[in-house]
Amino acid sequence: MNLAQFLAGRLVKGIVVLFAIAILNFFLIRAAPGDPAQVLAGEAGAADAVLLEQLRARFGLDQPLIEQLWIYLKGYASLDLGFSYRQQRPVLELILDRLPATLLLTGAAFLVSLGLGVLMGALAARRAGRWQDSVITTLALVFYATPLFWIALMSQIIFSLKLGLVPNVGFETIGANYTGLARALDIAQHLFLPALTLGLFFTALYARMMRASMLEIAGADFVKTARAKGLSPGVVSRRHVARNAILPVVTLAGLQAGQLVGGAVLTETVFAWPGIGRLMFDALVQRDYSVLLGVFFVSSAMVVGFNILTDLVYRLADPRIEATS
Amino acid sequence: MTGLRLGLALAASVLALGAATAQEPKKGGTVHVVVQPEPPMLMQGLNQNGPTNMVAGNIYESLLRYDEKLNPQPSLAKSWEISPDAKVYTFKLQEGVTWHDGKPFTADDVVFTLDKFLREVHPRWRPIVNAQVETIEKVDDLTVKITLKQPFGPMIMTQEVASAPMIPKHIYDGTDYRANPANNTPIGTGPFKLKEWKKGSYIHLVKNENYWLKGKPNLDEIYWQIIPDAAARAVAYETGKVDVLTGGSVDVYDVARLSKLPNTCMTTKGWEMFAPHAWLTPNVRNGILGNKQFRQGLMYAIDREFGKDVVWGGLGKLPTGPISSKTRFYSSDVPTYAFDPAKAKELIKASGYKGETIKLLNLPYGETWSRWSEAIKQNLEDVGVKIQIENTDVPGWTQKASNWDFDLNFNFLYQLGDPAMGVARSYISSNIAKGNPFANVGGYSNPEVDKLFAEAAIAATDAQRQELYTKVQKLLADELPVLWLLEMDFPTIYRCNVKNLVTTGIGVDDGFRDAWKE
Repeated sequence: MNLAQFLAGRLVKGIVVLFAIAILNFFLIRAAPGDPAQVLAGEAGAADAVLLEQLRARFGLDQPLIEQLWIYLKGYASLDLGFSYRQQRPVLELILDRLPATLLLTGAAFLVSLGLGVLMGALAARRAGRWQDSVITTLALVFYATPLFWIALMSQIIFSLKLGLVPNVGFETIGANYTGLARALDIAQHLFLPALTLGLFFTALYARMMRASMLEIAGADFVKTARAKGLSPGVVSRRHVARNAILPVVTLAGLQAGQLVGGAVLTETVFAWPGIGRLMFDALVQRDYSVLLGVFFVSSAMVVGFNILTDLVYRLADPRIEATS
Repeated sequence: MTGLRLGLALAASVLALGAATAQEPKKGGTVHVVVQPEPPMLMQGLNQNGPTNMVAGNIYESLLRYDEKLNPQPSLAKSWEISPDAKVYTFKLQEGVTWHDGKPFTADDVVFTLDKFLREVHPRWRPIVNAQVETIEKVDDLTVKITLKQPFGPMIMTQEVASAPMIPKHIYDGTDYRANPANNTPIGTGPFKLKEWKKGSYIHLVKNENYWLKGKPNLDEIYWQIIPDAAARAVAYETGKVDVLTGGSVDVYDVARLSKLPNTCMTTKGWEMFAPHAWLTPNVRNGILGNKQFRQGLMYAIDREFGKDVVWGGLGKLPTGPISSKTRFYSSDVPTYAFDPAKAKELIKASGYKGETIKLLNLPYGETWSRWSEAIKQNLEDVGVKIQIENTDVPGWTQKASNWDFDLNFNFLYQLGDPAMGVARSYISSNIAKGNPFANVGGYSNPEVDKLFAEAAIAATDAQRQELYTKVQKLLADELPVLWLLEMDFPTIYRCNVKNLVTTGIGVDDGFRDAWKE
């Protein structure tokens, strides 16, 4: 089977999966108590039967359930993700609006954690049992075990409040109207804490996985052979051990990459980062069905897409792996 | 010691007041304010959520404003007259008022707003206009006459901006109001205009250069920042990102700490119109909760002082009955319930309570409410009542409360300036309806209470109304259809160089007209 056939097959499977997920999502969110009209009316501190009826009609909730499902699927088939009455905007617009900030945060955290994690893991493996190893594994354990929100708040108190180095919340300085380089610098400053917080957790995961994987490979016969050939430890480590050890890391990176668009609810909330994670979380507590379904759909499409991509990266990292496997 | 400190504080505030009035407001400047959660929309005629009101109350205006004593003040109405039989209200409008799009504001807009728009969509105005109002007419371009079916004392309190915001007729008449694209670009007459709303980040309001009140507003810009986490909001204030922390936007245990920061002022004023009143609603349909002795037992068993001082960090005041002491028609001549576990045990025993489990529905509005549930559970278990706390999210709570699916339920309601609007709704039997968590969800029904509230609403004079409300307060405090826990305070924390921020009965909701920055 060649690459094109492989891709076509995976795409068809992907579409079937997405369709199933879309239907599942639809019923899943309706299993939660309450509905968007009731929430909206409840928040206003006053409501009567007339208002609820008006709002339900507006949300399309006065239609039979099966009719609502049909409208939803029909829309999605033509890539129309619907309209959020609550936010008075088309869902696609809401999601696209949040996309740059989301990708910036999750992308930065992804790159930081992947780079740092692989480097730390490799270093720890080469110095296994020595003090460098202890420091790295201890750090990784601390990053891994500490709750994200705690790190997030503590980093705000230390870096923003006590040291005054970077701002604690937001995407950029509101009202400053920076442009060009000044704006990029301003955004970078705002990005620092959330990207670091989010990145640390994954750094720990990558470091631990890379270390374990390297140590496992280091004992393999072909590594002994390479050493026996007289190759320097650095070359053995880079060319023979690391390249083989990277496969599980690629798997993990593929998983993380699939979640890039889903955003990071906790980090975005604590740092007031205007990303998709918060859009989704707000939609959840407001039972804003159309937004919730839209985010779910886009996120699952990304997961499916990145799964296909991960399979391709496997082939690059290790040509022995057949696309068919 | 405490007396001295209070004296000093008073002296300081008197001095500050003197200084503030003596100073000439400075023009210009930008103020950053916290708004949380993000409002769903800013079209105040269609949505009256707390955050919506906080922002939109500076974009829209109503006929009247209310000072901190809830006296009506001119706003879009320059003056008003009430006929001797208390049935005809004539409002004279300000001259030279324009909408943000430049069109003139006239009596046609007022008639459209009150008679058509709000009658159709506003859950608070609809029952008033349908039950009390005979006609709403334009007399001339700047005069509107409202004729009532019978005297209705609270009428003059109904024109607060969230309750009756003026809506532009030229944009909404003949359209499907809720689907009008203009809902995204609110057009009011207010001192500020919407410049930009970056969803998830901020709402940017700018000065209305053509504002009818000459020389106002003083500020150039307001940024309402959306910061979802309470601790991060506190840090944002401390690092200078925001200047104003609006009521309820930081955790109660942070209030005292933040208030002590340099150049920081704190006030609990600006909530007189709403006067949030918190209580536990017993579902009187559910067995023992229908028993008055049992409810009285619960009231004696709850250490309400502890709730106020510890759970709410000393903010607020203990209520004595259904009407807040901060509003009109309050009476302290009622039976009271001081914390007394021994008496509680006696009453609960006499009520015939058999040890059945009572479900306590927690209000999912943050940690403070959860702590309060736990404190009350402990109080009640100390006198032998079995309590099981139920937790859910906001939509879950709304549904359970609306559909009467609870034994005991936390809630807090606004008093809305008059008992006929904010109080009666929780006790009268005609308001026992599913679908609304702020109706009479406990199911308490008493013909005498119904009669007293009905008569008080339409009694001709304030003295007559007071007499009836005094009676009903006494009666309800004995019957305990709900267990009143706290007259809540929502402190506004702000930099002291932001002046004149809280000057009305709704505080920052319409406060930026007069505010200025030193």
